[in-house]
Amino acid sequence: MPFLTFLTGRIAKGFLVLLAIAVLNFLLIRAAPGDPAMVMAGEAGAADAVFLEQLRQRFGLDKPFIEQLWLYLKGYLVLDLGFSYRQQQPVLGLIMTRLPATLLLTGTAFVFSLAMGMVLGILAARRVGKLSDSAITLSALVFYATPLFWVALLAQIVFALKLGWVPNIGYETIGAGYTGIRRALDIGHHLILPALTLGLFFMALYARMMRASMLEVAGADFVKTARAKGLSEGVITRRHVARNALLPVVTLAGLQAGQLVGGAVLTETVFAWPGIGRLMFEALAQRDYALLLGVFFVSSAMVVALNLLTDIIYRAVDPRIEAAS
Amino acid sequence: MSGASKNGGRKNAFQRFAANKGALVGLVVLLVILVVAVAGPWWYPTSPWRMVGRPFLAPFVMDRFPLGTDTLGRDIAAGLAHGARVSLLIGLVSTSVALLIGVPLGALAGYFGGWIDDAAMRFTEFFQTIPSFALAIVIVAILQPSLASIVLAIGVVSWPPVARLVRGEVMSLRTREYVQAAVTLGQSTPRIIFSQVLPNAVAPIIVMGSLMVASAILLESALSFLGLGDPNMMTWGYMVGAGRTRLIDAWWVSFFPGFAIFLTVLALNLVGEGLNDALNPRLSGGRN
Repeated sequence: MPFLTFLTGRIAKGFLVLLAIAVLNFLLIRAAPGDPAMVMAGEAGAADAVFLEQLRQRFGLDKPFIEQLWLYLKGYLVLDLGFSYRQQQPVLGLIMTRLPATLLLTGTAFVFSLAMGMVLGILAARRVGKLSDSAITLSALVFYATPLFWVALLAQIVFALKLGWVPNIGYETIGAGYTGIRRALDIGHHLILPALTLGLFFMALYARMMRASMLEVAGADFVKTARAKGLSEGVITRRHVARNALLPVVTLAGLQAGQLVGGAVLTETVFAWPGIGRLMFEALAQRDYALLLGVFFVSSAMVVALNLLTDIIYRAVDPRIEAAS
Repeated sequence: MSGASKNGGRKNAFQRFAANKGALVGLVVLLVILVVAVAGPWWYPTSPWRMVGRPFLAPFVMDRFPLGTDTLGRDIAAGLAHGARVSLLIGLVSTSVALLIGVPLGALAGYFGGWIDDAAMRFTEFFQTIPSFALAIVIVAILQPSLASIVLAIGVVSWPPVARLVRGEVMSLRTREYVQAAVTLGQSTPRIIFSQVLPNAVAPIIVMGSLMVASAILLESALSFLGLGDPNMMTWGYMVGAGRTRLIDAWWVSFFPGFAIFLTVLALNLVGEGLNDALNPRLSGGRN
């Protein structure tokens, strides 16, 4: 299949998924108890009659079901995700100002967890049954069972409040007025704790997967061949086993992208990180459902985009995939 | 367990389970939590919401409040005892909901193949793409937090792996001779699926189910932490969230309930791995 056909196909599929999510949002509003206009305005009850009437007009809430669905989807088609009455701003604008912080946090956590998971998985697989293997396997089990929000709070107590190594909360030092490199360093300093806590669970997951995958690949014929050729164990591990063992781990990591976004809601809430996860928490507290559904839509779009990217990278990296399709 | 008899290994399923020390430890911990969940309300008959002591009492100081009190003077030990019940209940019920969606869907897709399989798998993929925690938040928030909405939300976001697993199992089982024999005998399709195919896919479903209870408990605690718990029920996640504003003066308010979640989830994961050894000996043969 030529690359362009593949690409258009994947983009069309991603578009369909987003459309389905818009439909899901619409159905959720309808499933909510009470007047849909009230739900869209935010149940905080602050919405005035004029605004409610505007919503009824715009979304045709007195019209048949199908027409309402169409009016709702029309908004999404032109990227109008509604209006947050509480914040007196369009939902999309609110989300866009918060998106970079989330991308920074999830991106860092992703890279950290994948890199560390890989290294720990390789180490454990090379020393099966030894103490370091048991230690790595055990800590993977422990991190895997730890509630993310709890470990975030513990990290906050120990590393920020007691030891004072890193800032407690926030994105940068407020009022410091740093610019350029100094500002980047400041943000980086604030980023360490949230990114590490968010990444721990995934690191545990990837380490376990990498270990299992390494052990599986290690029994393959081409590894025996490499050993028969007289290659050193280090070269075999790095060039033959690890490279092949990585593929299922990367697949898993791509599938876990959605989980990472979900985890960001908890991490950002605990560390007051000004991303869309924190925005979701604020929307919850204020019962701002238009904003809540908007964040849900955008975070799903992020995952769809990431899956698309993974597919493209995959096709580029592994020639077998193109041959198979 | 029913899977024991047909796995013709030298050891039976119980012996294989018992050979896994982690699984035994997990089972003991889980039994203790179960006892607490069942007996908790008898130990602590007063509501865990009642302010029974001075606020901010440290743990291990007063015999009456072994784990201390929280910011409002509520007994933390009482909260833990009552929360155990809620956690286990939600974990079990929402896993059942996920199985009720995933098993039939996967069975249909795997048995019939063709366009039914295609449609079912597209549907499953869609739910796997959506960020599940965000979807759970949206469902609970919009339907209003309650036991029912929480169970529904967790069930709705957890079924896709079940459907995929069952589909795979059924696809390989439906070509077996005894299934072909049942077809030749003229048994109805639903009867074949329920009496010939699914019973032979039970072992991997049990293993996955036990691990799903663990992740359902994690998910529930995260929802309650964000304030999306049932307002009438004391939950561990709520307790962690309630303590987080006073972390420096009263670490124990958030620490103990979080530790309870951790222990429960760890125990369930260990038991799940043990069940995997016991029921799927072929798959875990490479374990060391």
